[in-house]
Amino acid sequence: MFFYLIRRILYAIPIALAVGFVCFMLVQIAPGDPINAIVPADAPGDVVEQVRRDYGLDKPLPVQFGIWLMKVVQGDLGRSLATGRSVWSDLSSAISNTLLLATVASLLGFVLGCILGGLAGTFRGSFIDRAATSIAVAGVSVPHYWLGMVLVVIFSVQLNWLPAMGAGPGGSADWAWDWEHMKHLILPAVTLAVIPMGIVTRTVRGLVAEIMNQEFVTALRGKGLTRGGIFVHVVKNAAPNALAVMGLQLGYLMGGSILVETVFSWPGTGLLLNNAIFQRDLPVLQGTILVLAMFFVALNLLVDLVQTALDPRIKRA
Amino acid sequence: MSTTSSTPTAAEAELAIQARQAAARSQGYWAGVWKRLRRDPVTIVCALVLLAMFLAIVFAPLIAPHDPYQGSMLRRLRPIGTENHILGTDELGRDMLTRLLHGGRLSWFMGITPVFLAFVIGTTLGVLAGFAGGRVNMAIMRATDVFYAFPSVLLAVAISGALGAGIVNAILALTLVFIPPIIRVAESVTTGVRNLDFVDAARASGAGAFTIVRVHVLGNVLGPIFVYATSLISVCMILASGLSFLGLGTRPPEPEWGLMLNTLRTAIYVQPWVAVLPGACIFVTSICFNLLSDGLRQAMDVKG
Repeated sequence: MFFYLIRRILYAIPIALAVGFVCFMLVQIAPGDPINAIVPADAPGDVVEQVRRDYGLDKPLPVQFGIWLMKVVQGDLGRSLATGRSVWSDLSSAISNTLLLATVASLLGFVLGCILGGLAGTFRGSFIDRAATSIAVAGVSVPHYWLGMVLVVIFSVQLNWLPAMGAGPGGSADWAWDWEHMKHLILPAVTLAVIPMGIVTRTVRGLVAEIMNQEFVTALRGKGLTRGGIFVHVVKNAAPNALAVMGLQLGYLMGGSILVETVFSWPGTGLLLNNAIFQRDLPVLQGTILVLAMFFVALNLLVDLVQTALDPRIKRA
Repeated sequence: MSTTSSTPTAAEAELAIQARQAAARSQGYWAGVWKRLRRDPVTIVCALVLLAMFLAIVFAPLIAPHDPYQGSMLRRLRPIGTENHILGTDELGRDMLTRLLHGGRLSWFMGITPVFLAFVIGTTLGVLAGFAGGRVNMAIMRATDVFYAFPSVLLAVAISGALGAGIVNAILALTLVFIPPIIRVAESVTTGVRNLDFVDAARASGAGAFTIVRVHVLGNVLGPIFVYATSLISVCMILASGLSFLGLGTRPPEPEWGLMLNTLRTAIYVQPWVAVLPGACIFVTSICFNLLSDGLRQAMDVKG
């Protein structure tokens, strides 16, 4: 177990480096001189040359990667072309907004998915099973940005119950769990929750059905355990896998919320990325992608470790 | 022994039964798949819906009632059911039905092409990794791990965002997104097949690596990989339209469902139900591909 822990953490390091390299290459594959990602297009020639030397862009690619990496490790993600502010200053507030939205959405999706999947797995082949499975398929097939628009049409335009845009007065900077803020969160969170709900439903349905078919459940039933008692056993067996799926979904939502954030003008990383794409602000694009991908790498590691710790059946040497 | 004899010996009868059984087995797999598919109404309905959509978008220029680019400032944002414009008009007064029909062409193209390209490239690399094993396997699979470290939407947005807007760039980005998952599936199926007895037998009888892969491996791995790839079409359609929705795929005035959804976003306060139509098209296509893939998986008895 201990050695597995060490090995798994060590393995994450080359992955993180390679992810960093992919992010570094994003600016390289962009059409045009990478120098344009640092200085505005109308800068005078000698300034451009000066900056090129300062940033080491006249050196070979591996050296450039090294220089870039050293800066990133120290928290310097460069400056935004559009605003001139450091990328990190915009990114830090955006990340907390996205984290809030993604966490609420994945919790919502997880709870709904567990209920639907649990029911479907327990009553396999029944009407409940078919209904839950249909909802799950719809959940993974729906273009969520479109679902967001439909929800806005229904709840904002027609019924006028919930706001269509923004994160409420002040955003996450002074986020409070009051109605004024929460009503801004409802529509984007529900929209974003649909995908994890579908995936968790499928996973939990499969897990529950598999566990219910095992001999120990028959034995428990034979010894006269009540439904509730068996339920506890099923939950204990399904939990590690279900939690792992949920953890990864949180990561997917962190990176995947860009479309939903655009629909609802939620001031998170998605909106930041969207603006960066529009203004071809490559440092912001690169920095945001890097931070989100690193978050995902860390989350993957965490999920693996927690799953190993929770599930005594997984013996990893 | 004459062939007209009406009373065959027991041995002959036994042989005939065996031959019939062998014949049934040899055509049995695909016949069985088809038989199972036919009994699955959901899959059949999805296939028919997709076929109807496919024909409609292929023959869009013939059946569309209007010109997809010709707008009119006087007829902007008419509701569904307007005379002459059954599905209303968009923000520039263009007929929605016409644009939805034409828009499907690009949406389908961008939903299927990346998966097809990724299927070809991913299968090649995955079978290579699975069959060669050792260092080759290490190199390919570790490179795959790196791309797995990105959520798929993020990777697509990152690559096409860096390359800039355009259909080709979007297809390139989406292809890159779908290669790693296909490699993983191809590698695991190939590794499973590689150790089976008939591969050993072929090797023992002197077949070269290329022959073994072509004759014995591909036939057994393409089915599962193909089924897996069809399940990606649904995701790819949503992602491709999503890229256009962000302004990264097709550019106006080209009709494409995701882009139409984007340009109609401001119209949700005026004609909400017209504005959400393109998304409904994406949804129907995507759910049909998903269910079709599920049906195929069950009919072909692919595990996983």
